[in-house]
Amino acid sequence: MDGSTRALATVEAGAAAPTRARGFSPGLEAWRRFRRHRLALASGAILIAMVLAIALGPLVWNVPINEIDFTARLKGPSWAHPLGTDDLGQDLLARMLYGGRISLAVGLAAMFVAIGVGTIVGATAGMSRGAVGSVLMWLTDLFLSLPQLPLLLLVMYLFQNSFKIMFGPEGGVFILIVVVIGGLRWMPVARLVRAQFLSLREKEFVEAARALGASKTRQVVRHILPNALGPVIVAATIDVAAAIIAESTLSFLGLGFPPDIPTWGRILYDAKDYLDIAPHWAMFPGAAIFLAVLTINFIGDGLRDALDPRRVL
Amino acid sequence: MGYYLLRRLLIVIPSLLGISLLLFMVLALAPGDPFEELATNPAVPPEVRASLRTKFGLDDPVPVRYVRWITAMAHGDWGFSFVSRVDVDKLILQRLPTTLFVIGSAQILAILVALPVGVFAATRPYSLFDQIASTLALIGFSLPTFFTGLLFILVFSIYLDWLPFVYRADLAAVGWRWYWEQFRQSIMPITVFGLAVGASMTRYVRSAVLDVIRLDYVTTARAKGLGERKVVVKHVVRNALIPVVTLVMLQMPAIFGGAIVTEQIFRIPGIGSLLISSILANDTPVVMAVTFVFACLVVLFNLIADILYGWLDPRISYS
Repeated sequence: MDGSTRALATVEAGAAAPTRARGFSPGLEAWRRFRRHRLALASGAILIAMVLAIALGPLVWNVPINEIDFTARLKGPSWAHPLGTDDLGQDLLARMLYGGRISLAVGLAAMFVAIGVGTIVGATAGMSRGAVGSVLMWLTDLFLSLPQLPLLLLVMYLFQNSFKIMFGPEGGVFILIVVVIGGLRWMPVARLVRAQFLSLREKEFVEAARALGASKTRQVVRHILPNALGPVIVAATIDVAAAIIAESTLSFLGLGFPPDIPTWGRILYDAKDYLDIAPHWAMFPGAAIFLAVLTINFIGDGLRDALDPRRVL
Repeated sequence: MGYYLLRRLLIVIPSLLGISLLLFMVLALAPGDPFEELATNPAVPPEVRASLRTKFGLDDPVPVRYVRWITAMAHGDWGFSFVSRVDVDKLILQRLPTTLFVIGSAQILAILVALPVGVFAATRPYSLFDQIASTLALIGFSLPTFFTGLLFILVFSIYLDWLPFVYRADLAAVGWRWYWEQFRQSIMPITVFGLAVGASMTRYVRSAVLDVIRLDYVTTARAKGLGERKVVVKHVVRNALIPVVTLVMLQMPAIFGGAIVTEQIFRIPGIGSLLISSILANDTPVVMAVTFVFACLVVLFNLIADILYGWLDPRISYS
């Protein structure tokens, strides 16, 4: 089998060389389509630059985030402080770089929680033909009709202290925020995965796998899940952006991270009372949140086009 | 129709019970107790605290407490605010109209923006207008309201000094002057909130119209010689709006979240800012009641969405 294909390839080598040389895999094909979405491509570049700045920036700009200097209070951008200073004279660039790490980490971790729970619930509901499926979907609908932000605030309010005692002041809040944001965002993924599973499980290739004696787990993991992955990846991308906004909102309302952990939302919360004398203090973190969310959403848009198998480009 | 309504109403009860159970479980699982402040107060002897705990039944098992709480809620006895010393239901009723006014006007603004823009973009897919509108919609959808709110305050209140940035429920003016002042102070919050809602709504409208406009009956309408305007308004939009109505109603939980943030930025005295101030003041009865009111509003709007859906779409049978 292998040999005959190769023989064929050499025979046709002249005519088919350009297409063959590029090679075909689902990943390459998606990348080829993604590149056509210029805004998504540009967003990808900006996002990578932001991530690199956040990851490597503190190594270059090694000003401590909590060095208080009352002679430089509320100063605008200057060479000593490229993004200015806050009301305690702390350097904003250092704080933004540090806060960006937390904001992006929260976004990614909450996305993994949401996608994990959503995929498991959706897959279980999609594969079951009995009561389990309808109970899980009822639960999903119940969670969907919960008012998310009030509930987030309520949980933060009630559990913040005990998590701080259990996991330390930073880790505790991080774990709590990730679990709560992820725990309130899995429902759309669950519905998506279930809908995909309901149609995929009746397809011929799954039936063939079943006829060959594949166990239910193998059918799901090897055959159904890979085919349901496209929309899930898009949802995951959008979820990162939504989780960043959720964390910033919590911090902006004063119920997220404590003041010594300057996430972007927290800096904005501290800055909002000094809007008239130090507007730069609020503008930089706000712009950072906006830029991160916007680029992630554009990438999600590009991925939606790239991963849609029905679309021919 | 009557039977359909009744069935929808009956589905509301288990979901309200489920939500209340979930809220109560969160409260019951949480560490700390409402009389914690008394424990740190040396003037209150421990026996008084213990008798207060028994009086309010805090030592009873959780299911008993849940049943007692839910029956009290159903009877309209929502408890007593620790901080402002007022009945919780009075406090909420006093502030609910402001919140509903803000949410309602923002929704109207969002519809006024989203409907024409979305329809116009979808009737000319991939044109320049469509590309600009879609890009702007994605930008608007990515701008967090707390950032746009601060930007608006910075530009219109601080630099230009055109609009007030604190919303007052007790305006001193009367008559026409009152309406003018009310309008001036509402512009910023409603614009910020309405545009954020409108951005995502534009995306829904556009994709819904795109789904419909390629259907055969639209071609038929064109073929029989109707003007493009009539085809779009009478044939396309009417059908495209059915999924949009549901999506808008299902978006309600997110809209209440947006309302909380907007109220907090512009210091609007609605139930959203009541929730935040109660949380910061450890006022548990108010926090629970406001969260529950938000949950009830969400369930109510889901119900309205279902009924509207049944009314708008003749393919849905009521039996």
